[in-house]
Amino acid sequence: MNHLDPVRHVRGESQYLDDVPVQQGTLYAAVFESPLAHGVLNGLDLTEALNAPGVYRILTAADIPGENQIGGIVPDEPLLAEGHVHFRGQPVALVLADTEHQAQAALALIRVDIDPLPIITDPRVAAAQGELIVPPRTFSLGDPETVWSQCAYIFEGEAESGGQEHLYIETQGAYAFPTEMGGVRIISSTQGPTAVQRHTAHVLGIGMHQVEVDVTRLGGGFGGKEDQATPWGALAALGAFVVRRPVKLVLDRMADMRMTGKRHPYSSDFRIGLDENLRILAYEVTFYQNAGAAADLSPAVLERTLFHATNAYFVPNVRATAYSCRTNLPPNTAFRGFGGPQGMFVMESAIVKAAETLGVPASEIQRRNLLRENDLFSYRQPAEMCNAELAWDTAARLYDLPKLRAEVEAFNQQNERLKKGLSVMPICFGISFTKTPMNQARALVHIYTDGSVGVSTGAVEMGQGVNTKIAQVAAQTLGISPSRVKVESTNTTRVANTSPSAASATADLNGKATQMACEALRERLLRHAVLEYTLNYEGLEIRDEEVLAAGIPADTNWEKLVSSAYWKRVNLTENAHYATPDIHFDPVTNQGYPFAYHVYGTAYTTVTLDCLRGTYTFDALRVVHDFGESMHPAIDQGQIEGGAVQGIGWMTMEELIYNEEGRLLSNSLNSYKIPDLYSVPQRIDVHFLDTPGHPRAILRSKAVGEPPLMYGIGAYFAVRDAISAFRPGHRPAFSAPITPEKALLNLYPSGVAEEVVRLAPGTTVA
Amino acid sequence: MLHFYLNNQRIRTDQPAGSTLLDFVRYQQHLKGTKIGCREGDCGACTVLVGELQPDGSVHYQSMTSCLTPLGNAQGKHVVTVEGINAAAGTLTPVQQTIVQEGGSQCGFCTVGFVMSLTGHSLSSNPATAETGLAAIDGNICRCTGYKSLERATAQLTEQLAERPATNVVDWLSEKQFVPTYFKDIPARLQALKTELRHETNNGQLTTNNQLLGGGTDLLVQRPEHVRAVPVQLLYDQPDLRGIRQEADGRVVLGAATTAENLRASPLMQELFPGLHGYLKLVSSTPIRNMGTVAGNFINASPIGDLTIFFLALNASVTVGALGQPSRKIPLRELYSGYKTLTKAANEQVLEISFAAPQPDDLFNFEKVSKRTHLDIASVNSAMWLRATNGFAQEARVSAGGVGPTPLLLARTSAYLAGKEITAETVTAANEIAQTEISPISDARGTVEYKRLLLRQLLFAHFLQFFPERLSFRELV
Repeated sequence: MNHLDPVRHVRGESQYLDDVPVQQGTLYAAVFESPLAHGVLNGLDLTEALNAPGVYRILTAADIPGENQIGGIVPDEPLLAEGHVHFRGQPVALVLADTEHQAQAALALIRVDIDPLPIITDPRVAAAQGELIVPPRTFSLGDPETVWSQCAYIFEGEAESGGQEHLYIETQGAYAFPTEMGGVRIISSTQGPTAVQRHTAHVLGIGMHQVEVDVTRLGGGFGGKEDQATPWGALAALGAFVVRRPVKLVLDRMADMRMTGKRHPYSSDFRIGLDENLRILAYEVTFYQNAGAAADLSPAVLERTLFHATNAYFVPNVRATAYSCRTNLPPNTAFRGFGGPQGMFVMESAIVKAAETLGVPASEIQRRNLLRENDLFSYRQPAEMCNAELAWDTAARLYDLPKLRAEVEAFNQQNERLKKGLSVMPICFGISFTKTPMNQARALVHIYTDGSVGVSTGAVEMGQGVNTKIAQVAAQTLGISPSRVKVESTNTTRVANTSPSAASATADLNGKATQMACEALRERLLRHAVLEYTLNYEGLEIRDEEVLAAGIPADTNWEKLVSSAYWKRVNLTENAHYATPDIHFDPVTNQGYPFAYHVYGTAYTTVTLDCLRGTYTFDALRVVHDFGESMHPAIDQGQIEGGAVQGIGWMTMEELIYNEEGRLLSNSLNSYKIPDLYSVPQRIDVHFLDTPGHPRAILRSKAVGEPPLMYGIGAYFAVRDAISAFRPGHRPAFSAPITPEKALLNLYPSGVAEEVVRLAPGTTVA
Repeated sequence: MLHFYLNNQRIRTDQPAGSTLLDFVRYQQHLKGTKIGCREGDCGACTVLVGELQPDGSVHYQSMTSCLTPLGNAQGKHVVTVEGINAAAGTLTPVQQTIVQEGGSQCGFCTVGFVMSLTGHSLSSNPATAETGLAAIDGNICRCTGYKSLERATAQLTEQLAERPATNVVDWLSEKQFVPTYFKDIPARLQALKTELRHETNNGQLTTNNQLLGGGTDLLVQRPEHVRAVPVQLLYDQPDLRGIRQEADGRVVLGAATTAENLRASPLMQELFPGLHGYLKLVSSTPIRNMGTVAGNFINASPIGDLTIFFLALNASVTVGALGQPSRKIPLRELYSGYKTLTKAANEQVLEISFAAPQPDDLFNFEKVSKRTHLDIASVNSAMWLRATNGFAQEARVSAGGVGPTPLLLARTSAYLAGKEITAETVTAANEIAQTEISPISDARGTVEYKRLLLRQLLFAHFLQFFPERLSFRELV
C-alpha cells in the first residue's frame, strides 16, 4: 500500500507551519527570555525596543486578559514571567514587529531588572532542599526488606542518565489569526491540539469554542511538542487576540534549544538482591528526576519510570520510589519512552553490576528473570500474552548468541587497539496513557457523493505514519482503495477534546475510532443495498470496491452504491468514539490494570571500540520485535530503526551540558550532536516475531513508536563491555551517555593527570 | 544587482549579496520545499544545488547548504531547488522514487535535503560508488531517523547510476527523468549570462573596508545580520583566488578561495598526501566542503580549525595584501596573536597560501576526535609532519587544536624530536613536553582532563601510524 505522505515529502510539497502562505498584515513575534536562571523580576524597560524600527507592540504578563497560567498537570507555569523568573530562557515578553528581523533586533534593546536568587541544577540538591514538584511516589510489590537476608548476593550502586534534546528538525512555532467572533484560529506545530486550545482559551479568558487549532503535520515531535508546543501557540494567539492582526511565531534553532525542556536527566540509587541461582529476589530503587522549573509532564513521566522500573523482568519484591525535583532548568518534558528508558537503564545497570562482580555474563541473569505469563508487575497487572521469553529465545536462536559472543572474544584476543563489546537488551513497554481517562478518541468520517472519503481524527502526523495507518483502516473496513481516502488535518473544530498524539497509542485509539465509524457506515450502506438492489443481507460485503452478494458481484459498485444511498437520504457521515476497554489504574494505591497490552523485544548490540582514540562504531544492532500482526511492515520497521538510533544517540553522543548558572552550553547543532549517517550501526536487522497480535491493538498490529528507543540502552552496555575487554577489572560509573570522552577516560582512568600536575601546575580550568 | 538562474527562471535581484540564498528562495521566491533546520550548515534541510559554468562549457553542480550560501555567490550560476527538479504531473524522479520505496521519509522535514544531495550525486561526472553515494548525504541529518532506509535507497541509485555515461551526463539524466529537460539548456544560458555580465564590476579586487566574504560557512553562522546589512566584497568566485599549483621551487600555492573540496579533488594534493581523503572525510560535510575556503578557516581563527591544524604542520605561509600596499607573507604559525585575534591588519586580505611540498619519504598524518566522528567540530585535532631516516627523526612539526586559545604549533615538542631515535621513550617524552605547551579549558567539547589525555593519544596515533614496526600500542599506553 502506498504511504501517501512521502510522495509529497520528496517533492517538497508537504506543508509545515512555516510554509503556510503569509496573510497580509501579519506581524512577526520574537520572545524575550530571562537571561538568568532564577531571580526576582523587578521590571522591564521597553522604551528603547518600542522605538526600534518596525516594532508594533511588546506584550508582557500585564497584557494577558485571562489567567497567566499554562501548567497542564500542576498550575505552576505562567505563559509570561511575572514576579519571578525560574529558568534561563523563560519567556518574559513578546515583541511584535513588521518583519522577523525587526522583531529579533528589538530583543537586544529590552532591559530587564532581576535580583538573582540561588540556582539549583542538580536534582539531588533539589530533593535535599525539599524542592519537589509533586509528593514522591512509590510502587511496590512484596517487600524487599523481608528478603534481603535471604539473598545470596546484594549489590548497590548509582546510575545516571542524561537528558536528550528532541531536535525535531522543524522548530517550534505557531501562526495565529484573529477571527470575526473575537476568537482566534491557530495553526500550530503541536502533538496536542486540544492542549493548545484549552490553555489558549484560559489565557485569553474566552471559551474553548472560540479557539480553533489546526495541525497538518509536524517536522518531528518525539514528545517535544506534546506539552511544549503550547507556549508558542498561546503566545501567538495572545498577540493576534490583543492586536487583532495575524501573528506568526517561529523559534530559531538556538532559541528553541535554550527555551524548551528535554528528556529528563535522572540520578538514581539501586539495590538488587539475587539468590544463588541468579534469580532476582529483591530490587529497591530511588529515582531523582530532574524536572526543571515547572511540572509540565514530569509527574506523568515519573509515573512511567515507576511502571517500567523492572523492565522485562519479574521481580517478586520491588520497592521503587521517585522524586520529581524542581531545578532551575527549562521544564523537562515528554520524549519517546516517557521516563521508561530512564527506569530501565537503572535496572540494567543493577544487573550488569551484579554480573560483573559475580563474573557471569549479564545475559545469564537477564534470561533467568524474564517475565512469564501471568507474572505480576509491581502495579499488579499480570503479564498476559507475554512474549518476553519468546523474543529472547528467538533472538538467541536466530542470531546465535553464543557464536556472536565467541566472535567478540576471538576478536578481542587477536586485537590490542580495537576491542569489541556485545550487549543484550530485552524490553517490555506498556501501551496506553497511564492516565486512564486519556485513552479515548473520536473519528469523523464523511463519504462524499462521488465515493471519496474524508477522515478526521485527533491523530497528529509527525512521521510515525499514523495517517497512512488510518487511511488503511478506513479503506480496509469500507472495502475500497486507500487512494479514495483523505486523512484531514487535525482540527479541534472537527474532532474535539482529543488526547495528544503520544504514548505510542495514537494509531490504536484513533484507528479503532476510525474502524468503528467505517463499520457503521459500511453497515448502513449494506442495509441500503439490501433494499435498493434486493439482495440478501447474509453474505453481503464490499470488497475491492465491488458489492458482493455471497461472493457474486451485484449490479452496483462502490460509487454507485454511495450515490444511490445519498439520493435515498442515507446518512453518509459517521462520528465514532472509542475508549480502550478494561483498563484502570488507581494513582493512590498505585495498582490496577493500566495498559491495554505490553510490547516485548530483544536486541543485540555489537560495537568496536578504538582503544587508542576512545571512539567507537556500532557493527550491528540485531532486533527481534513483537509487532503483533504488523499492519504496515515498512512503517513499523522504520519506527524500529529510527527509535533504536535515537536511543543509541541518547546513550552515546547526545550530551546536554548546563553550567552552574543554568546556561545551556550544548546550545546548537554544532555543540549538541545527534546521530548522523555514519554513526548508526553498520547493519540493523529487524526480525518480526511471529505472534497473533493483540485484540486491543488496531488490526492486532501493536503500537510501535516508543518501545524501540529502549533498544538503544544496549549501546551503553556494549561500549562498557568493550572497555572491560581492554581494561579488565575497571568498573566505569553507570553514567550515560558514554561519550568518546567518557570512553577514553575509562580506558585510561589515570589520564595524564600526574604529568599535568608535575609539568604544568599553573593550568587552570575555565 | 545579482543575476542568476533559479531553476528554470532567470533572476535579477537587488537583495543584499550578503543575505542568504535560503531566505531568498523561501521568502522572496516563495519556494517552500527548501526547509530551515538550523541555519548553521549542520542539518542539511536547506540543501540546494549550485551549478557553475566550467571552462569546457559544461555545468558543474555542487550541493550547498543554502542557509550559509551568500546570495552573491549565486551570481552567474544555476541554483536548483526541489521545485526545479520535480517532474510534471506529480511523477517522481528516480531519486524521489527510491526514497519513497525504501521508506526513507518519515516526518519529511529533512527529506528534500536528501533528495537534493542525491540529485547532486547523480549529476556528478565521477563514477557513482557505494562510498560516494553515502558521502553525498553525509551533510544531511535525519532525526526520525531513516538512515538505513536512505542507505538502501542510495544503494539502489548507485546501481541505476552504474549505467550513466561519462559524457553527456545531463542528456542521460534528463532521458531517465532525474532532471527536467531544461537542464540541457542551462550551459548555453549561463554562457550567455556570462557574456552579459562581463562588464559588471569585479568586486573581488582589493577594495577599502567592505566586509570580506568567502564561502560564508563561518560568517553567516556568527554574524548573519551584520553580513546582510553591510557592503560585502565577494571572494568565492574570484578566478585569481582559485587554483592549486606547484611552483618550480617545489612550493605548493593555493588560492585563498580554494575550498576544502578543491583540496580533496586536487590530484597534486592527493599525490602529496595519500591519506587526504581520509583526513577530509573528518572535516565537516560534503556541502560545507563545497563552500568553505581554506583562507576562511585560517582567518576565522578558531583554535580548532581543521585545515589550520593541517597546514600548521606543513609550516604554511599566508600571503596578505591591502589596497595600495605591497603584499606580505606571514608564516601561519605567526598569524595568531591570541584567541580569535590575528596579526593581519583588518584591511589585509588573504591572497594565497603556500607551503613546501613534502618530500616523497616524509611522513604526514592528521588526527581528529570529536563527539561525533563526522560532521562535528573536534575536541582535539592534531597534524604531524616528520622527516626521518633509519629510525631517527630529523625534523618534525606537530600541531594541535582545541588545547589552547589559538591553533598551536607545538614548537618545543617539534624541536625536541629532531635527532631523536624513534622509541617508546622518545614518544613518551615528546608527550610530556607537549603537555607543557598546551592550556586547554573545559567546555562543551570536553574537559581539560580529557583534552590532555586525548592529545597524548593523538600524538601516539601519529607515531603508531608512522612506525608500526618500531612501536607497539601496548608499550605506549
